[in-house]
Amino acid sequence: MNPEIGHYALALALPVALVQAFVPLIGATRRDAALMAVAGPAALLQMLLIGTAFAALTQAFIASDFSVMNVYQNSHTAKPLLYKISGVWGNHEGSLLLWVAILAVFGAAVAAFGAALPDRLKARALAVQGMIGAGFLAFILFTSNPFLRVDPTPAQGLGLNPLLQDPGLAFHPPMLYLGYVGFSMAFSFAVAALLEGRVDAAWARWVRPWTLAAWSFLTVGIGLGSWWAYYELGWGGWWFWDPVENASFIPWLTGTALLHSAIVVEKREALKSWTILLAIITFSLSLLGTFLVRSGILTSVHAFASDPTRGVFVLVLLAIAVGGSLTLYAIKAPKLEPGGLFSPLSRESGLLLNNLFLATAAATVLLGTLYPLIAEALELGTLSVGAPYFNTVFVPLMVPLVLLMGIGPMMAWKRSDLAGVLGRLKGALVGVVVVFGIALALSGVDIIDIAGSAGIALAAWLFFASLTEWAGRVRLFKSSPADLWKRVSSLPRASHGMTIAHLGMAVLIVGVSGSSAWKQENILTMGAGETVTVAGFDVTFDGAELIRGPNYESVQGTFSATRGGGKAVTLKPERRVYDQPVQQTTEAAIHTTFWADLYIVLGDGPADTGRYVVRAYFEPFVPFLWYGILMMGFGGLVSLSDRRHRIGAPRKAAAIAEPIKA
Amino acid sequence: MSEGTSKPSSGRLTAIAPIIIVLLLVAVFAKRLIDVQDGLDPNQVKSVLLDTPVPDIDLPPLPERGPGLATENLKGEVTLVNIWGSWCVACLSEHPLLMEVAAENTIPLHGIAWRDEPQASLRWLARNGDPFDLIGQDPFSEAAIAFGVTGAPETFVVDSAGVIRYKHVGPITMTDWTETIAPLVEQLRQ
Repeated sequence: MNPEIGHYALALALPVALVQAFVPLIGATRRDAALMAVAGPAALLQMLLIGTAFAALTQAFIASDFSVMNVYQNSHTAKPLLYKISGVWGNHEGSLLLWVAILAVFGAAVAAFGAALPDRLKARALAVQGMIGAGFLAFILFTSNPFLRVDPTPAQGLGLNPLLQDPGLAFHPPMLYLGYVGFSMAFSFAVAALLEGRVDAAWARWVRPWTLAAWSFLTVGIGLGSWWAYYELGWGGWWFWDPVENASFIPWLTGTALLHSAIVVEKREALKSWTILLAIITFSLSLLGTFLVRSGILTSVHAFASDPTRGVFVLVLLAIAVGGSLTLYAIKAPKLEPGGLFSPLSRESGLLLNNLFLATAAATVLLGTLYPLIAEALELGTLSVGAPYFNTVFVPLMVPLVLLMGIGPMMAWKRSDLAGVLGRLKGALVGVVVVFGIALALSGVDIIDIAGSAGIALAAWLFFASLTEWAGRVRLFKSSPADLWKRVSSLPRASHGMTIAHLGMAVLIVGVSGSSAWKQENILTMGAGETVTVAGFDVTFDGAELIRGPNYESVQGTFSATRGGGKAVTLKPERRVYDQPVQQTTEAAIHTTFWADLYIVLGDGPADTGRYVVRAYFEPFVPFLWYGILMMGFGGLVSLSDRRHRIGAPRKAAAIAEPIKA
Repeated sequence: MSEGTSKPSSGRLTAIAPIIIVLLLVAVFAKRLIDVQDGLDPNQVKSVLLDTPVPDIDLPPLPERGPGLATENLKGEVTLVNIWGSWCVACLSEHPLLMEVAAENTIPLHGIAWRDEPQASLRWLARNGDPFDLIGQDPFSEAAIAFGVTGAPETFVVDSAGVIRYKHVGPITMTDWTETIAPLVEQLRQ
């Protein structure tokens, strides 16, 4: 396919997006069905056009068409096919194209599957989607065109940053964008509801699946990024509280809050105005992330081609989108009809508390991330905010939240009985004490051991409490196997999903606590034949040799590790120098047992001595981070497959007919 | 909490607050963008301390390796200050060169043990050799921030008046030493 066709399709998509943005909106105001009906076909056409553009760019990358500037700058013929494809979004222009492509797919999905939606809500939501699309398409076409040609055609490309030539990072941006852009649906529905002046259970039913899908993708996307940083950056750390990481984590926190508050809107028609605000804020924070990453105004370890001119454009987009929607909110929100009153002890109060903790956590992370900027703007001097701040403020917010997560799902709607709930959790409490005792017995009584064991006990609380709740739902110990199966399969998928996601969170907490408390590291210079002991592993350095990869040269070390005289495992960490662009990367060698990782990095040696700097880490419970994240993402998808999402937004009558306790 | 729903929507003020916060943030971002366009480098924590007096520091010594490092130790003659840590791999690669400099014994070389456990610093020095005259501990980055350090290793050349004249970011190679730092030290001595 010809790049010009892609360029042309992209240019056509902009006017289509503008039509989608304004015609249905006018139609909704005038109650003109014909004008509103433009929204659907426009959204489908937009997907077709942007899809064409995306396919054209992908084709140029696969065929190594270096007459396209973007391909020339970011690809190379010797690169494996996977990285040719991921090269499409491994750069600023292409990643934006992916962004609008996903936006267009989501818009088309509303057009195609939204038959049950009220006409005006649908028209308005699609119009808002059109506005977002128009903004980003203009951004691409005017400042970041991926289809620019270069003449004469270079014989070879400059290659992709080797740090990005990695399976974890190949899928990190698409996942992240599916999350960010998914939140745009919640945003569009929120703005549409404000224009409508009405928020009800049906609205929440429509917003929730989009939020769930976005949340699941974002969870996995952040996890992939963290996994990549863990094995590729060679420091054995999995989270650095870096501005770019925070930029994706803050919308995750508010998105998680939104996920839960939308349930309250759906079940109790309460927290409406707050939920609308969360939907606006979550997408705004996604846009803020895009702005921070691309404008180059913050210090970050994650290099991304940044350009202040583009920064100005994104800032204007951000100001219009966020400013516009929040102004609308300021005008319309006070007029939304308030919901019912809460009893302090009820499921909805629990969810409100959950929202308070999550929103506060998001605000503190946002403050820490932006504080250096704010301080500098107010001439308070230069400073950087690091992990100590984040850990100090974040952990105390998460502990009560997790305690609450154990109790909340057991509380009944409207009026619950705390004593009864705690009574049912007696078994879980016993389990917590036992786990805490075992953890202490195995680790020790240093302050760090106590802290680590307390973290694991907290995880145990969530784990046992979630299981207790699930077991109570399916009457695990009170019914015959056949009966049990019936109960398990008739329990709504959303309940299974919640249990899986909450269990995943518990597993994640084990990973966070354990790896923070008991990580061990040993940094030294080693020559061939020497042995070092790390956490019971005897690690012998067998030597290093020069090897040649498809597009790099590498010094590869060979280590054998044994524990307690058991079978030796071989680890081969590398220090690569890529041909194009010339850049050095470390490839850590990781030996994973179920519980822990042995992590070895080969460094430079003092010149000509045959000795190398070796960093050997023992990373207990790090695999649990990945198990936990996968469980959370899977839980989200299971919940998404719930029947009531699949059949779309049932009309009011159907909503009432369903059991309240679902 | 019993009026959970009405709380967030009660009154215009709470409805207007978000937009006000956002407007303030947009102003901050805009100012920052203008600064960046005017050439500010966001990766430079404190742009240039060059040709300014060394910051006020008074760092404690490593255990049983006294005394520590204070501002007055950096006055009177040309000195080098090296920021390192036992955790810093790049520091190890420049270490042989520092050992050579120390062996020549022509210029005082002081160290700042940055973000390190004192025992780890000492073990590292015992294993790899100790090229430093004075060492000050900086576990909480006070000196590192005052010096505008962005990462280890970094090396500062301080003239006899206690003014920072040069800053080298990253490990010093033989070329850096013979072509830049050593000539500069000579020149400053005259």
